[in-house]
Amino acid sequence: MQIILNGEKKEFSEPLSLQKLVEDLQLNQQRVAIELNHLIVKRKDWPEVLLQEGDKLEIVHFVGGG
Amino acid sequence: MINPDKLVIAGKEFNSRLMIGTGKYPSHEAMVEAHTRSGAEIVTVAVRRVNISDRSKESLLDYIDLKKYMLLPNTAGCYSAEDAIRTAHLAREALDTPWVKLEVIGDEKTLFPDNEGLVKATRELVKEGFIVLPYFNDDLVAARKLIDAGAAAVMPLAAPIGSGLGIQNFTTMRILREMITEVPIIVDAGVGTASDVAIAMELGMDAVLLNTAIASAKDVGAMAEAMKLGIQAGRLAYLAGRMPRRLYASASSPMDGLIK
Repeated sequence: MQIILNGEKKEFSEPLSLQKLVEDLQLNQQRVAIELNHLIVKRKDWPEVLLQEGDKLEIVHFVGGG
Repeated sequence: MINPDKLVIAGKEFNSRLMIGTGKYPSHEAMVEAHTRSGAEIVTVAVRRVNISDRSKESLLDYIDLKKYMLLPNTAGCYSAEDAIRTAHLAREALDTPWVKLEVIGDEKTLFPDNEGLVKATRELVKEGFIVLPYFNDDLVAARKLIDAGAAAVMPLAAPIGSGLGIQNFTTMRILREMITEVPIIVDAGVGTASDVAIAMELGMDAVLLNTAIASAKDVGAMAEAMKLGIQAGRLAYLAGRMPRRLYASASSPMDGLIK
């Protein structure tokens, strides 16, 4: 299964939930937001959402800015 | 002395009239010192993609005491109302805050705002319950449109972002101050040093938001403190009411009793 994560192609061999992906990437769950195919997925829904072939995922956090 | 002179935005009270950014500091430690010495209660942050391949970098938010500072996410880098709205949604989701410093940029070289895009995004976000603080060109008609769209404050630029030039157009700023009374006016972008913020406050502006002027100073902590004092001096002078300007001298010492 191939998805686009933050603009980069990623391959996964088995089904993956958003929750598992965030854990695998070791992200601070309280400080990131996820958009799946242009729609926000709320934190509480991450465990139920399974990634599908061709999904476009954006994971954002906060950086310095004015 | 008890200071009843509070800044109120969308019903929320603040003691400090200085808001500062988190970008371009030489180090996280320097940023922490600047934040502390500035006395600011609101700090801005930007929303960007997580770097998936390199997770080694520390998180900015580890260096901001969220009990002490209110985070104000921005939509910097957005060139359309749609992108700004999308970014605001992501910020709200990650931080659980309805506050957003709205930027819709219209030109790459000057980073001047697209006032039309701002009005559109403000209207949409306010409908969704956001507290929207738009960064806009210093223009009275644009300010009124933003307020009609529900902006909680208006944030005219003093000069291009990061230019350090200080307030360029005193006339439009004075007109804004006289005509806009419904929401706070926060000068955003383009100030360079403490006298610039003092002048903004002397003109009656409600607050100043800045980033580069502190982050690019040689001693960021000292400049942060200078900005705090500049804000205080300017605000106090505004409240005190300055003397009228006159063209010719008016002696301070009496003419009576001069020796002959």
